[in-house]
Amino acid sequence: MPDATLLDQVKDFANRANPYPVYAKLRENPVSRQDDGTEAGTWVASNHGAISSLLHDPRVSSETLPPADRPRTGNPLTDLIVKPLKDWMMDRHRVFIFRDPPDHDVLRASVMHQFSRERVQAMRARSERLVADLLDEKRGAREIDAVDDLAYPLPVTVICELFGVPREDEPKFHGWASQLATALEPDSLSDTEIRAANSRTFDAIGGYMADLIKEKRRHPQDDMLSGLANEATPTGAKMGDYDLIATSILMLVAGHETTVNLITNGLLTLLRHPDELERLRWDPGRAPRLIEELLRYEPPVQFRTRKTLSSIDIAGVTIPEGADLVLLLASGNRDAAMFPDPDRFDPDRAGIRHLGFGGSLHYCVGAPLARFEAEAALTALASRLKAPRLIEDPPPYRSGAALRGPEHLRVAIDGIA
Amino acid sequence: MAPGSTTERAVVVGAGLAALRGAEAMREAGFTGALAIVGAEPYRPYDRPPLSKHVLIGETRPDATTLPSSLGADVDWHLGSSAERLDRGSRTLHLADGRALPYDRLLIATGTRARPWPNPHEGRLAGVFTLRGRDDAAALRAALAAGPRRVLVIGGGFIGCEVASACRQLGLPVTLVEPSPTPLARVLGGTVGAFIGAIHAGRGVDLRCGSEVEWLEEAEGRFVRAHLTDGTRIEADVAVIALGAVRNTEWLDGSGLSADPGGVDCDAAGYVLDTDGQPDPRIAAAGDVARFPHPLYGGRRVALEHWSQAVAQGIHAGRLLAGANPEGPYGALPTFWSAQGDVVVKSVGLTEGADALAITLGEPGSGRFVAVYGQAGRCIAAVAVDSARWLPAHADLVAAGAPFPPDGAATDRPSKGIMVLAPGFP
Repeated sequence: MPDATLLDQVKDFANRANPYPVYAKLRENPVSRQDDGTEAGTWVASNHGAISSLLHDPRVSSETLPPADRPRTGNPLTDLIVKPLKDWMMDRHRVFIFRDPPDHDVLRASVMHQFSRERVQAMRARSERLVADLLDEKRGAREIDAVDDLAYPLPVTVICELFGVPREDEPKFHGWASQLATALEPDSLSDTEIRAANSRTFDAIGGYMADLIKEKRRHPQDDMLSGLANEATPTGAKMGDYDLIATSILMLVAGHETTVNLITNGLLTLLRHPDELERLRWDPGRAPRLIEELLRYEPPVQFRTRKTLSSIDIAGVTIPEGADLVLLLASGNRDAAMFPDPDRFDPDRAGIRHLGFGGSLHYCVGAPLARFEAEAALTALASRLKAPRLIEDPPPYRSGAALRGPEHLRVAIDGIA
Repeated sequence: MAPGSTTERAVVVGAGLAALRGAEAMREAGFTGALAIVGAEPYRPYDRPPLSKHVLIGETRPDATTLPSSLGADVDWHLGSSAERLDRGSRTLHLADGRALPYDRLLIATGTRARPWPNPHEGRLAGVFTLRGRDDAAALRAALAAGPRRVLVIGGGFIGCEVASACRQLGLPVTLVEPSPTPLARVLGGTVGAFIGAIHAGRGVDLRCGSEVEWLEEAEGRFVRAHLTDGTRIEADVAVIALGAVRNTEWLDGSGLSADPGGVDCDAAGYVLDTDGQPDPRIAAAGDVARFPHPLYGGRRVALEHWSQAVAQGIHAGRLLAGANPEGPYGALPTFWSAQGDVVVKSVGLTEGADALAITLGEPGSGRFVAVYGQAGRCIAAVAVDSARWLPAHADLVAAGAPFPPDGAATDRPSKGIMVLAPGFP
């Protein structure tokens, strides 16, 4: 076992509440090789310039999922015929976050076509209503859990309504989503147990989606899944069923596992900066600025993985062909060359060019949703929570290092206005 | 007298983008003397790129293009009056309206004007337009909004392609006539030109390449049809002359400075040269009018009509004149963009002299691709069509003069094999 690398320290749960000192050490070498026992090693890009450059480099691939390899069952018929077929189908129809152009572009364009401005804007008012209702339910309480009471149910309801997933089926997604979200954690790519669990989950959610798609074909409604299932894409062709299943799973999982962290990190940061909470209470117009700074300061997605298709000279080093890359977005967001006094939370800073939504062709599809959901949640929390106090700081965190956020955020209050 | 001392007088000739950024840079670099800006048009500096795009389709008003500026009230604007003559002996700039402005520092940023139709009578007919300034754009916009039967665009360069695209966006029938075998052939070569031409043809532009307009026919003072050298006639109500630009240097005749219709010559630092090739340390030039030795292209003298160049070179020249010696010679990597309807063409580097071309990303047939231009085994330019996000990665290859063809690895390429083509310059 080699010594723990800085990347190991990033993954180490002990550093989950505050990974930023490790990121600062990584930034001493903007692009550095981290020993992972392989010859190529894993390369971490940690400053803003290197991350931006690699996000926009056509030699950097997002196809980091290893070939599908579902667990064997012992039944020779299944293992020799069904398994290879299923593995092949799964590889051909990966979710587009793990795909490169040109396939990625076609799938993404189809989604964006349905993710129309009108449809997204309609969810804005709906988010405000949902936040009001969720807080009304806690009236009279002297303690809330910001995660369970608001930050989780809000984005989940929004994404399910957008896609047309029936309300009563939504609870099924909780377990599915948290399981599939592990695919963004680097170690899960090589961990056979996690991969087997992900295969099983993908089958379960895929079966559910296949039925739902059939239903949307029989009875189309005004939702994204009906649109994707029935309407031609901008390029003319309709999306194939397997791509449609994979794509809707991607959107639903993303809707469950990311914005929750933005809202929770937001409230946590505001409670740690009471002056900012107070200013937001009196001036809700500050919210957009504050949320951009949050996306810089505590981004829900801390890093993304890639691999190189060719050797790449960058920041004085040469990353070899076929190397695994970690683009440490949250560290780029703390790069002093880009953001003076980077560890200060300051919504008034000029030019917040954060990497909170990634960048280039995989830039977060749901960014507008995340922004207004966070705005609705944080402005309501600021104005309605009476004398909010953190019960534990730091709060308990969920396991993920890439998708990082508190598991619970208990807040003592004197009531809800 | 020390540069920047409060009694010094600076004059900026021209009131476009390069002039504005140059004047701002002088102030930011600490020049506190008198500052005058001379502009032939009656407007404060405005942005030109929208004039051939959003203004024509009615999304932006022509007068909504004024550039934001950090200049304060301590600027003496001389607008609506062009420079007539430069007397370097007495260090005086004479204006067409008779005024004389003494100077200690002079920034030449007079830019270009549209090349007129060679037959002046035909060029003055109602319905015949050129496009360079805000007034031109307003007039052409009004003509397009009136719903002409057809628009004829003469010249398939960037402006011609943008105007033709705007017509299609408005749903107007449009014919584009270009003597070369494809649009954009002189700038991008016939190979890439053909790919872009196919995109426009697919959008409904009637392309007539390899032909020329011989004369414009009138009826009662209005343009009614054009006669082509191939014998065909095109019935149209509007003709847009898009034959490139002429640099505004006539006012320098007799000044002893080295200037001709191709530009005013500068040394590597940015100072303007006299006819003996000696720099005048009181005079710098920037923007479209400045012809300077580009360090990235072996010191070849170039004059570039690029927006980014007007900004960067304006700032460079302003700092130079303020005495805040910029670091090194001016030599920013040339960049350019052109929005042709929903197709954005972006480039880095200069394609001139390219002997080979490689498609490194995308599929030309799909309308999205990146092409890299090579000369003698080095990458000298890259052009992205509807793929602008990949251009910065290619800019590094061009800036470094990386070996051509470049390593073919890319996310949309299963193997590293890339196709090398002839660029097809006329």
